[in-house]
Amino acid sequence: MKSFDVAIIGAGIVGAACAFRLASEGLSVAIIEENIVGGGTTAAGMGHIVAMDDSKAQFALTHYSQTLWNDLALQLPTVCEYEFCGTIWVAADDEELAEAKRKQQFYEEHGVKAEILDEKNLLSAEPNLRKGLAGGLLVKGDSVVYQLSATAFFIEEAVRNGAKLLLGKKAVEIVVDGVKLSDSNVVHAKQIINAAGIDANNLTEGLGIYRKKGHLVITERYPNFVKHQLIELGYLKSAHSTETSSVAFNVQPRITGQILLGSSRQISIEDKAIDYNILRQMTKRAFEYMPELKNVAAIRVWTGFRPATHDNLPLIGRLPNRENVFVACGHEGLGITTSLGTAELLIDEILGRESKIDREPYSPKRFQNLPANHSNKRE
Amino acid sequence: MNKIETEILVIGGGAAGLAAALAASDKKVLLVDDNPNLGGQIWRAELAKTKSPEALKLIESIKQNKVSILNNASVFARLNENSLLAETPSGTIELQFEKLILATGARERFLPFPNWTLPNIFGAGGLQAFVKSGLTIANKRVIVSGTGPLLLAVAEYLKAKGAKVLLVAEQTSTKKLFKFGFGLLSQPKKISQAIALRAKLLGVPYLTDSFVISAEGNGKLESVSLWQSGKTRQIECDYLACGFHLVPNAELALMLGCNLENGNVAVDEFQQTSVENVFCVGEPTGIGGVEVSLIEGKIGGLAAIGKIAEASDLFAQRSRLQRFADSLNDCFSLREDLKKLPDAKTIVCRCEDVTFEKLAKHDSWRDAKLLTRCGMGSCQGRICGSATEYLFGWKNESVRPPIMPVKLENL
Amino acid sequence: MGKLVLMITLQIDNREISVAEGSSVATAIFASDANMFRRSVSGESRFPVCGMGICFECRVTIDGVKHQKSCQISVEKGMIIETDE
Repeated sequence: MKSFDVAIIGAGIVGAACAFRLASEGLSVAIIEENIVGGGTTAAGMGHIVAMDDSKAQFALTHYSQTLWNDLALQLPTVCEYEFCGTIWVAADDEELAEAKRKQQFYEEHGVKAEILDEKNLLSAEPNLRKGLAGGLLVKGDSVVYQLSATAFFIEEAVRNGAKLLLGKKAVEIVVDGVKLSDSNVVHAKQIINAAGIDANNLTEGLGIYRKKGHLVITERYPNFVKHQLIELGYLKSAHSTETSSVAFNVQPRITGQILLGSSRQISIEDKAIDYNILRQMTKRAFEYMPELKNVAAIRVWTGFRPATHDNLPLIGRLPNRENVFVACGHEGLGITTSLGTAELLIDEILGRESKIDREPYSPKRFQNLPANHSNKRE
Repeated sequence: MNKIETEILVIGGGAAGLAAALAASDKKVLLVDDNPNLGGQIWRAELAKTKSPEALKLIESIKQNKVSILNNASVFARLNENSLLAETPSGTIELQFEKLILATGARERFLPFPNWTLPNIFGAGGLQAFVKSGLTIANKRVIVSGTGPLLLAVAEYLKAKGAKVLLVAEQTSTKKLFKFGFGLLSQPKKISQAIALRAKLLGVPYLTDSFVISAEGNGKLESVSLWQSGKTRQIECDYLACGFHLVPNAELALMLGCNLENGNVAVDEFQQTSVENVFCVGEPTGIGGVEVSLIEGKIGGLAAIGKIAEASDLFAQRSRLQRFADSLNDCFSLREDLKKLPDAKTIVCRCEDVTFEKLAKHDSWRDAKLLTRCGMGSCQGRICGSATEYLFGWKNESVRPPIMPVKLENL
Repeated sequence: MGKLVLMITLQIDNREISVAEGSSVATAIFASDANMFRRSVSGESRFPVCGMGICFECRVTIDGVKHQKSCQISVEKGMIIETDE
C-alpha cells in the first residue's frame, strides 16, 4: 500500500471535516473508520451550530467555526437541511435575564448579533413557551444541520479529491510511520490525526477523555410548534456540572417539523441503555418551559456519549512528544459546531500556517503533566 | 406511576395470547392488549362485539379463571428485567412480572407498486378489519389480491357483507397450488374447509399467476392494472384489498434481546425464547395460523407455570399443525417479478415518502435509514422494513424503544 | 328482528357524524366522506391501510391532540376530530 500524507482515525464529523479540508488542499488522505461514517457520537448529536460563550477560548473556536459553516452553507446539499433557525436562550427569572444581558454584551462586543427579548416578545417568538418567563436572548445567526448528511458530504468530497476511505478497519496503534490496524496491516502516513472520539484514549495516552452520556428524544411532526433552538440559561450549569447527572431544557425544531428534545449529562457511565429516571427528569424540565410538550408523541429515544476533557476545551493539535501525530478530539457537546474550525486549525498547523484564531488554548501540550488520576474539575 | 404486579404477563390478546393466558391461569395472569377489544386480528371484534364462537368461549374461560385483562395498553419499553412500560389512555403503567409470554401476532406485508398509496387501497386483512369496525362495503366493487389463504377468507367475508368482489388475484402459480392441493389430502378437515370456502365464493373468479401492477385514480382509487400470465388489463374498482403474507411482530421480542431465526422469534420446544423468563407463542415464532397459535399458546402457558408434562403431551399435535402451516407458506412463497413492480418514483416508505429510486442507491437498511429517513417515521420501519427486506434483501433487526410512539408525558 | 344500536354523534372537520357505538374513529371518518385522514410528507392524501395500528396512516387530531391512531380508538360522544384536510 502506498504512503499517505495524512491518515485520519475516525470518520465522525471531526475526522470527516479534517479529511474534507486536507483533501481539498491537495494532500493524500486515508480515513480509517471501524464502523460507519458518522456512526458514533456524531449520529447521536443535536446538530446545533452555536456560538458558545462559556470561556473566551470556547467562544473563539465556536464563533470561528460558525462562520466557516455559514460560508459552506450554500454548498451543502439539501439533505444536510442547513437552517438558520437561531437560538433563544430562555431566562426563567430576573436573575437569568441579568445573565442574558451579560451574555448579550459579550456577544455584541465579539461580533455576534444578539437581541434581548422581554416576556411579551419571547412569547411572540415562541407561543408554546409558558407564560411567566422573564424573557430571553435571541441569537439569529445560530443554525442547525443534519449532521449525518454533512459528515457524509465531507467524506464524499474528500474521496472526490482523492482520499481513501477504509471502512470496517479498526485502528489499534499509532506507530512510527502510520497506523496499525487490527488485521495487522499498517496504513502508512507521514502524519496521523487521532479523531477517534470516545475511543481516542485507546490510541493516545494522557488525553484523559471521559464520557458524558446524553439522552435525546425525537418526536412526530408538529410543524411550527417551536421555531428556534431553545435552551435554558441554566444549560451551562449542566454542561460544566461536576454532579454525576444533570438535565437542562434544550429543544430544537427540525426541518421536518419534528422536535428534538434534550439534554442530559451523566458522567462516566459506560452503559448506553436508556435511563428512564433521567429521561423523565429531562422531559419534566422541558414541560416546565413548554407545557404543551406533554401531549407531543415521541417516536425514538437514544443515547450518546460526549467525549469530554477535564478543562472543557477540545484537544486540537500536534502532540508534544510525537512530531507527526495530531489529535482532534474531546469536543464534548460541541463537536458538530467546531468540526470545521478544528479542521482548519489542524491543517494550518500541519502546513505551518498562521491560524485565524490562537491555537494555544486547545493544544495537547497543556495536558503534558496530566496526573494518572485526574479530577473532573475545571482548572 | 401506576404499577401492576403479576406472575404471568401475556402481551397480545389474540388466539395465542388467549390460549396462553388460559393455560397459565393456575397462577396470577395479566393479559394485555393494545386494542379496545380482545381477539387480535383473526378474531377481531365487530363493533366491539366478538363474533367468533371459539373466541367467545376462550374469552369467557379466561374471565372465569380470574385472568386480569388490560385493554388499550401499548407496551413501548422495558424498564428492567422484570418490568415493561405500557402507555394507556390514562398514562404510563409499569407491568411487573415473573414470566413473560409474548403473543404479539403478525402484520401483513405490503409490497409497493405505482400509486399504491391512493386512498381505498388497503391490506387484505386491513380492509376486513375496517369492515368489521363498521366501514360500509355493500355494493362496492372490490378486488382482492396478493397471496395466501387469507385472500380467500377476506373475499368471503367481504362478499357476505354485500361487496361486489370482482376477483381474487393470487400471485402463486397454478402448478404450486396443485402441489399444495395434493398435500391437503393428508388433512381432510382442511379439504372440507377449502371446499366450503370455494362454494361460498361461487361467482368470484380466483386467478392464479396474477397480481396488480399499478393503480390509477384521482384523489382515490378508480382502477387497477392487473397482470395475469403475461397479459395485462385495466379493471375499474372502488377498493383494493392487497396483502402479501404475514410477517411476525417481533419488535418487542427484539427489544428484550430475544434471538431471531430467519426473521422468526427463536423458541425451544417449550416456547421459551433465548431470554430467560420470556416465552413467545403464535405468529412471531413462525406464521402458522390460528390453530398453530392456539396450541403454541397452550404449550407456552403450561410451560411458563411449570406444567412440563402437560405441555409435552401437546408436542405431537403441534408438529402436525406446524407441518401444514409450513407447506402452506411454501406454496405461497413470493415470486421474483414482484420485485420489479415499483418504478423509480414509487413511494416505498409511506411515513417519510421515500421513493424507490432514493432507496436503490444504498446497500443496507442502516445506510438507507440514516441518509433517506426510510424507517425513521412513525411506523418505525414496520411497513417499509418488510418491503425493503423483500425488495433489496436488507435485514433490519435493531429495535430501539419506544417500540410504539408514546406521548412525552408518558415516556 | 333488529337490535337497537346506540348511535354516537361526533364532529369530523366540522361535519356532524353519527355512527354505531363500538365503532372506531376511523369508521366515523370513512362515514363522513373525508378525502383524507392525513396528508403525507409530500402532500398526498392518505387513508389507512393496515387496520391494526401499525401503518400510522390513520392518524388524525382528536380533541386537539395530534397523531392519534383513529383505527384503535373507539368513538365517544362529542369528540372533535380533525383530518389534515
